[in-house]
Amino acid sequence: MAVASAPALPSPVGRRRAAWLDFIIAQPLGAVALFVVLVMALAAIFADVVAPYDPLEIDWGAMLSAPSMEHPFGTDSFGRDIFTRVIYGARTALAIGLLSSLIGCTLGAAIGIASAYFGGRVDMVVQRLVDMFLAFPIIVLALVVVAILGRLPVLGVDMNLVLAIAVPIVPKVARVIRSSALTIVTMPYIDAARTAGYSHLRIILRHIAPNVAAPYLILLTAFIAQAILLEASLSFLGLGVTEPTPAWGLMLSGNASDFYREAPWMILFPGLAISLAVFAFNLFGDALRDWLDPKFKT
Amino acid sequence: MLRYLGRRLVLMIPTLLGVAIITFFMLRVVPGDIVEVKLRGDGGSVTADVIAAERARLGLDQPLLVQFADWMVGLVTFDFGISMWTGRPVVEEIGLRLELSFQVAVMATVVAVLIAIPLGTLSALFRNTWIDYVVRIFTIAGLAVPSFWLGMLVILALLALFNWLPPITYTPLYVDPIANLSQLIWPALAVGYRYAAVVARMVRSSLLEVMREDYIRTARAKGVFERLVVMRHAMGNALLPAITVIGLEFAFLIGGLVVTEQVFNLNGIGRLFVQAVSRNDFMLIQTLVMLLAVVFITVNLIVDLLYAALDPRIRYK
Repeated sequence: MAVASAPALPSPVGRRRAAWLDFIIAQPLGAVALFVVLVMALAAIFADVVAPYDPLEIDWGAMLSAPSMEHPFGTDSFGRDIFTRVIYGARTALAIGLLSSLIGCTLGAAIGIASAYFGGRVDMVVQRLVDMFLAFPIIVLALVVVAILGRLPVLGVDMNLVLAIAVPIVPKVARVIRSSALTIVTMPYIDAARTAGYSHLRIILRHIAPNVAAPYLILLTAFIAQAILLEASLSFLGLGVTEPTPAWGLMLSGNASDFYREAPWMILFPGLAISLAVFAFNLFGDALRDWLDPKFKT
Repeated sequence: MLRYLGRRLVLMIPTLLGVAIITFFMLRVVPGDIVEVKLRGDGGSVTADVIAAERARLGLDQPLLVQFADWMVGLVTFDFGISMWTGRPVVEEIGLRLELSFQVAVMATVVAVLIAIPLGTLSALFRNTWIDYVVRIFTIAGLAVPSFWLGMLVILALLALFNWLPPITYTPLYVDPIANLSQLIWPALAVGYRYAAVVARMVRSSLLEVMREDYIRTARAKGVFERLVVMRHAMGNALLPAITVIGLEFAFLIGGLVVTEQVFNLNGIGRLFVQAVSRNDFMLIQTLVMLLAVVFITVNLIVDLLYAALDPRIRYK
């Protein structure tokens, strides 16, 4: 009797294969993307071991050298090794992308579920607020938050930058999760839980939240990609990560474009890194959606 | 229809008022204002008197509610105030840039639609063939490649081929159409790729959905040529969701091109916004945010009205 439970998640009951194996077989492209994501994550975590140089080491003797055996991606105008900085940049991008997507999606999901669960006037007010925040272009909203909050580095990550990227994610997630939660709140088991006298918090956490886990996970991966892009844009504008921290967007900004003629590799590799990361997360997110959501199965 | 339009227009008011309130008070939470940036920015020492006098001149010494009321009255009477930094009317500052941003947005939309509709259609009709795979990789890549980086690659290529760099000054369309178009086509292409990718994915998935409908089966059963089935029966319905995406992206492009404008030396709305934010130019920021919100809401409304006009099944209450 798995009828009444979890319509959004495919019921794990009756699956013989382990979930991860099932994912690889059903979504080979998604598995490749996941592999790329994992390699990037490992490179980011063990950057100290993987990277051949120190990312901050300035070497005037090797200024603007073209890609070679010693410097596979060349060096920048300070003689810093670009390959090393791309690897350390993965650390920045993934940390900020993951954190801001996690904060934004969790906050958005909480608001979306509450809005659907309480309904009525609460829902009306929340949805109008969501409308207002959706009326700002993402980058504009992030810019305003950056301007308001200033900088707050925690363990080498600027938490205010993370918040600035998380804020535009919140209303979008709230909207999607609300619509999934709307179908859940009409289920008989929610009525049953109410009749049993459970608290609102318990009903939301135990009975509704697990049932919107699938859209939540899908949004989470999709917005990691968005967050990485947004971080790169803000850093490019000089409003995100600051020198000398290695970050992909920052590597493309300012002095890089002064070297269009002399050192095109300065532009090529950081951009490739952004694209690859976003590509992998998008592809993995798509595959996860196809796999988790039976509606999209063909 | 008219009543629906009226209701939507009335509903815009609380949303815009909310945007105004959020923006106004969020800006004032920031410690420090434009006077500090302007007078103390270069590390020069200025007496407190001078700062107070400048604050008074800009009206920043008034209570917040008075300032807000002033601004609201101004907005309603189409008096948008003056930029606190340049001292020129906000309308003038924005007007200069809006023309450019609007033109780039229109050109990018044309590029995107021209690429996206054929690609999305082909991808859906030849689903799970090599055509579909190529299109899908092309579109997923389009979502991944940052537009501003693509712009930099375009500049690299143009530099290598024609020794061309983006000009510093902007030539309006009516002054010299050829110079104007040769300047703006590149940013439009760079942005248009991502845009096309978004639209093509939408066309593909909605066409796939439509092709499973009963009326398509009916048309085929009647013996209609497959080409006519697609062109007459399917495309019209499949393009509706694409209109939503096109609308959203267009609204985004007016103010969201911040980084691409930087790359191509374009003095557009996005760049103005970054300048205004970094100078704490409250008047300009507020009005820009309102402008972008109006654009966004209006585009959404137009999309909804287009839906009703194109699909007789949709009726508004």
